[in-house]
Amino acid sequence: MAKTLILGATSAIAIETAKILSDRGDALFLVARSPEKLESVRCDLEVRGGKIAGTLSSDLNDFSTHPGLMKKALEALQGLDLVLIAHGTLGDQKACEQDFVLAEKEIRTNFLSCVSLLTLISNKMEQEKSGTIAVISSVAGDRGRQSNYIYGSAKGALNLFLQGLRNRMYSSGVMVLTIKPGFVDTPMTAALKKNFLFAKPDQIGRGIVKAIDRKKDVVYLPCFWWGIMAIIKAIPEKIFKRLKL
Amino acid sequence: MQNHTPHVESWGRTVIVPQRVIPLFWQPKKLPELDEQETLLPYGEGRSYGDSCLNEGGVLLQTRGMNRFIYFDESQGILRCEAGVRLDEILEVTIPRGWFIPVSPGTQFVTLGGAIANDIHGKNHHVAGTFGRYVRAMEVLRSDGKRWLCSPQENSDLFGATIGGLGLTGLVLWAEIQMKRVSGPWIDQETVRFSHVDDFFKISEDSEKDYEYSVSWIDTLAQGKHLGRGHFMRGNHSPQKLDYSSKPKKITIPCNAPNWLLNTFTVRSFNFLYYHRQLATQKRNTVHYRPFFYPLDAVLAWNKLYGKRGFFQYQLVVPFKNDREPIKEILRLVAKSGMASFLAVLKTFGNIPSPGWMSFPREGVTLALDFPNQGSKTRKLFEELDRIVRTSQGALYPAKDATMLAEDFQKFYPRWQEFQKWVDPKFSSSFWRRVAEGQGSNG
Ligand SMILES: Cc1cc2nc3c(=O)[nH]c(=O)nc-3n(C[C@H](O)[C@H](O)[C@H](O)COP(=O)(O)OP(=O)(O)OC[C@H]3O[C@@H](n4cnc5c(N)ncnc54)[C@H](O)[C@@H]3O)c2cc1C
Ligand SMILES: NC(=O)c1ccc[n+]([C@@H]2O[C@H](COP(=O)([O-])OP(=O)(O)OC[C@H]3O[C@@H](n4cnc5c(N)ncnc54)[C@H](OP(=O)(O)O)[C@@H]3O)[C@@H](O)[C@H]2O)c1
Repeated sequence: MAKTLILGATSAIAIETAKILSDRGDALFLVARSPEKLESVRCDLEVRGGKIAGTLSSDLNDFSTHPGLMKKALEALQGLDLVLIAHGTLGDQKACEQDFVLAEKEIRTNFLSCVSLLTLISNKMEQEKSGTIAVISSVAGDRGRQSNYIYGSAKGALNLFLQGLRNRMYSSGVMVLTIKPGFVDTPMTAALKKNFLFAKPDQIGRGIVKAIDRKKDVVYLPCFWWGIMAIIKAIPEKIFKRLKL
Repeated sequence: MQNHTPHVESWGRTVIVPQRVIPLFWQPKKLPELDEQETLLPYGEGRSYGDSCLNEGGVLLQTRGMNRFIYFDESQGILRCEAGVRLDEILEVTIPRGWFIPVSPGTQFVTLGGAIANDIHGKNHHVAGTFGRYVRAMEVLRSDGKRWLCSPQENSDLFGATIGGLGLTGLVLWAEIQMKRVSGPWIDQETVRFSHVDDFFKISEDSEKDYEYSVSWIDTLAQGKHLGRGHFMRGNHSPQKLDYSSKPKKITIPCNAPNWLLNTFTVRSFNFLYYHRQLATQKRNTVHYRPFFYPLDAVLAWNKLYGKRGFFQYQLVVPFKNDREPIKEILRLVAKSGMASFLAVLKTFGNIPSPGWMSFPREGVTLALDFPNQGSKTRKLFEELDRIVRTSQGALYPAKDATMLAEDFQKFYPRWQEFQKWVDPKFSSSFWRRVAEGQGSNG
């Protein structure tokens, strides 16, 4: 029955996670960019029997709105036990290479907005000495590759940030979970050619909830990505730099 | 929003064609841009067997991502949801609150959009009619960019054309349906063994009044005095509440079985054992709705049991005749052919009309048969069966079809030209080009 805040609540992965959480009685506060999508997600969860404490549509790249947003969520939920940060964009790597304005936007969405939000959230939870912070990062943050290093570096920075935050929060009993999905069949990857490595968002949702319940620090979803990334990380840079990845 | 899924298939897997797949995740504001020669077709869960859910050389709009509930009035049982929601998802939400889907096909893994586009029927056709009768309203997006709200009162022509409209009249975005009151997930079922098709008709007549659901499995290899022997299953929603059990375990067929797996010998053995599994001629029990309605759903991707060659379904309806000669002749032909049909289902349709212009069910008796794809041998049998269906003023079901002739389709569905006026100019399917535009035969 946790009081749960979901940021980026219209993400396919977030929706599937929200279904499970609301099914078991969590009260949800949903934040997402598009008011129409947000409304349709709210209706869906409510028809399924979920309890929605409130919704707010907001572009999370506008950091100045974050304090107000947090205030509204805390009021509606009357407390905060769990936060899931799910928003993100998989920008066009080639375009980002040519135009820093685009690259900067990717870094803002995938890294800086999370830092801004987590500053508010972590201070609140540290004060309360309880809570769980779950953030969707990506396997792409484990090693820089030419095909998506703008996105990858934002997620990589996010990983380090979460690692430090976990370390800081440990003494306050606040859990910090870094979620690293591999390929997931969602709108984000609609343009990619699908293969057997692609997981369905409901499978990732189940994995996220399980990892939260088991108080994990870092989770690869599905778990075989741990093995794949272990190999990718182990390749010496001398060789790695020659690969077309 | 472009995707190149390796291939998207229909359930029978006899028709493999190249097509561009575009997944939808939200109700679109407008339909996607097409290349000049391309056409569009919505695609739900691909539980249609032949080519009616395929569009060779064109675009398939995958609707499964549009799977959100919109509204549920628990006191009246009125449910509105997006067209990509599947029936199993609906049941999971509504049964604990005392509502069941008004019409259930033999699998719960079909989408709402697919249920409407084929105007599906279930074991309760004799008392409830088709799925389309329970659609209160829906919204259809057409290539002119307009969203059409239709119901029996509003835009009723597009409503009538879209129910059973084979996905050709536009993309159904959402629909509102009237659910049916039940006490819980249980069914009081009774199975009666019968040793000849004549007995089927007797039991059927006796059951119609007192049983909401009825269907029969038959042994198509039996001949002579055992012609059309089988099991008659009938049931009603049980007033018992009992415990609401959780999800059952599922088995998945991971890859193609060898082509020989389902051959005459194995099917004959199965049929023999299945027919005799119940020693008493009559058996009663209370079962969960899943094994009652969806026995095959316990094995996911069971269609792969037929191997790489795939399989055909052949579903016909013929009007009642006093001597029931057409259906007997069909059973005799099938038995004589020695071609084994693993799943053979016999049921009577009632006379309740559907709002859909192109709806398949009509008063009479319907028989659905599964045949492994044995190429020309199977097609030859179909030609003979077609002849009987044709001369007895019957019809074939497009959802199951891969071989129907254009001239037959046009006779079976006399309103097809009126319907054609509502076919969206940007929509088409492999099936439609085959039966209405005379462009070759598939498979
Ligand atoms: C085991 C099994 C048992 C079955 N039993 C029965 C039965 O008892 N009775 C019966 O009637 N049928 C039965 N069927 C057939 C099945 O119910 C139909 O083929 C159904 O239409 C499949 O739905 P789908 O979501 O898979 O749609 P698909 O097969 O993907 O598509 C079917 C049609 O719906 C159209 N469509 C899908 N979504 C939309 C949309 N949003 N807007 C407009 N058009 C759309 C498609 O263009 C296509 O023409 C059975 C099938 C199987 C595999
Ligand atoms: N799909 C994968 O293969 C994959 C793999 C690894 C990690 N991930 C991560 O998983 C998370 C969820 O993604 P998904 O796969 O579920 O894709 P998705 O459905 O496309 O979700 C992305 C969500 O982020 C939202 N968003 C983007 N920018 C935003 C902003 N400035 N303000 C508010 N919301 C914003 C989007 O909102 P709009 O709908 O309004 O655009 C959308 O709801 C992301 O962090 C992603 O990086 C995904």
